[in-house]
Amino acid sequence: MTVYLPIAELSVNILIILGMGAAVGFLSGMFGVGGGFLITPLLIFYNIPPVVAVATGANQVVASSISGAITHFRRGTIDIKLGTVLLCGGLVGATLGVWLFSLLRSIGQLDLVISLLYVVLLGSVGGLMLWESIIAMRKAAKNQPTQLRRPGQHNWIHGLPLKMRFKKSKIYLSVIPVATLGFCIGILTSVMGVGGGFIMVPAMIYLLRIPTSVVVGTSLFQIVFVSAYTVIVQASTNYTVDIVLAFVLMIAGVIGAQYGVRVGQRLRGEQLRALLALLVLAVGIRLSIELIIPPKDIYSVVSAGFGF
Amino acid sequence: MRAFGRLVLFALALSAAGPASAQSLERQVGDFPEKLEIGISTDEISITSDFRGADLTIFGAIDGFDANLLAQGKYNIIVVLEGPKDNATVRKKERVFGIWVNTQSMTFELVPEAYSLSSTRDIATIAPPRDIANMGIGVDHMRLVPLGFIGDGSSLGEFRNAFRRIREESGVYQRDPGGVQFISSSLFKASVRLPANVPNGVHVVRAYLFREGLFVAAKALPLRVVKTGLEQAITRAAHEQPIVYGLFAVTLAVITGWGASLLFRKD
Repeated sequence: MTVYLPIAELSVNILIILGMGAAVGFLSGMFGVGGGFLITPLLIFYNIPPVVAVATGANQVVASSISGAITHFRRGTIDIKLGTVLLCGGLVGATLGVWLFSLLRSIGQLDLVISLLYVVLLGSVGGLMLWESIIAMRKAAKNQPTQLRRPGQHNWIHGLPLKMRFKKSKIYLSVIPVATLGFCIGILTSVMGVGGGFIMVPAMIYLLRIPTSVVVGTSLFQIVFVSAYTVIVQASTNYTVDIVLAFVLMIAGVIGAQYGVRVGQRLRGEQLRALLALLVLAVGIRLSIELIIPPKDIYSVVSAGFGF
Repeated sequence: MRAFGRLVLFALALSAAGPASAQSLERQVGDFPEKLEIGISTDEISITSDFRGADLTIFGAIDGFDANLLAQGKYNIIVVLEGPKDNATVRKKERVFGIWVNTQSMTFELVPEAYSLSSTRDIATIAPPRDIANMGIGVDHMRLVPLGFIGDGSSLGEFRNAFRRIREESGVYQRDPGGVQFISSSLFKASVRLPANVPNGVHVVRAYLFREGLFVAAKALPLRVVKTGLEQAITRAAHEQPIVYGLFAVTLAVITGWGASLLFRKD
């Protein structure tokens, strides 16, 4: 059964797209991640033009993050003030990112930059996560208590000016690193089609020392707004949001996520992280192979009307 | 699925002329007595969303022909369906530090987005290759003028060849030597292929008449290709109302995400 994607301008098998959405939704529910970093590379592997994959991936992130964000809002585990500062940086970053996206596209280097960013980010984040979870599993095997890394000491970030009090997080922190983090994630959202939670959450915990209880909700708050903003800006500058593709993905994704959550609750934290790390590494390796092996055709043709 | 819809449009183009011939662009060369007439039943084709390519049939007639020459098969016809024109950029990848990177590019000015050629026989045997080349008939003779600075021009040939090859491989440039057939003494039928990814816009049907290797007459008709259906409506919305389209995409995501969490809530 095929369906024609009007913006990607190609026919795809709807069952494959549904399967992709459901699988990524399942994994994102299981690991508690947005899934943008999986959906975009998968779409690229399935020959969806990277420009469309990225913009559509951001749209899928909105759907997969919103229910989590609402749950956290109800429970009161979002620091709105902190989230707003992150968001301000995020919106500026996303705007710059879409501009960069158009620029790279016009000089023909967009596909390369997307792949390179994925390889670098997935490789480093996956590697670190795997390392950390292996250590945790070893300690668990030896029956040592895993120490929570939440030491009270301050790092240089806490010496920066423009400090602000974030009541809900119970911290007194400069807005500079918060907005900068939001800004960087905003760029990633618009250039890579990811929510960026897999970078933002560790950065908030380890660099900014924000209490874990509000980290996930606050990062989801920022992700929903930044990715929604990115979708609108991508749609109006690059015309690359494929609504048919996005809709099929999100329907399958939200259903898959419900089952993923149930499986995830049965697995132990460090096992879960090790599995996620392996998955992240596998996607990164697959993308890097694509960059290294000789392409089928070293030439490509791009029409001005619809520039890939 | 209604795959491979075969669309046949036809009209008898006798010298009495069809409705579309009023807009035709005529060219008559020298003192040849022959005149060329062509016709298609419509000047607009609507393509639905499940379109998988089709054949367009064009009818034509030679007027004032020499019966002797016709009997000996000395008349030859070439019919071309040329799509709307746009600039096209060819990029070349090279290995840089172990990874494949687009390093060189060349943009060709206003090349057709689609090009289907049909003829009574291989165009190289219809007229001297130089004449065919001068008239710019056929993918091999299409004018590919690079835009901007291209250095010493040594790579021009390589980029032109790559462009032609990729466009032919993707099916938007096609040729069919034998696609034009005489159905009675001077009446002919030409089928040109509309590829599945036929671009929207004004296409031009051009017919060329040759007598014993000499170009006699040419005739052209415009043909509008309009895509219809839901997919086309989406494409139009995305390009004409991009902000509304983006807002709609986000709303859809919010409803889907929120709806699912309500639907699957345990309490």
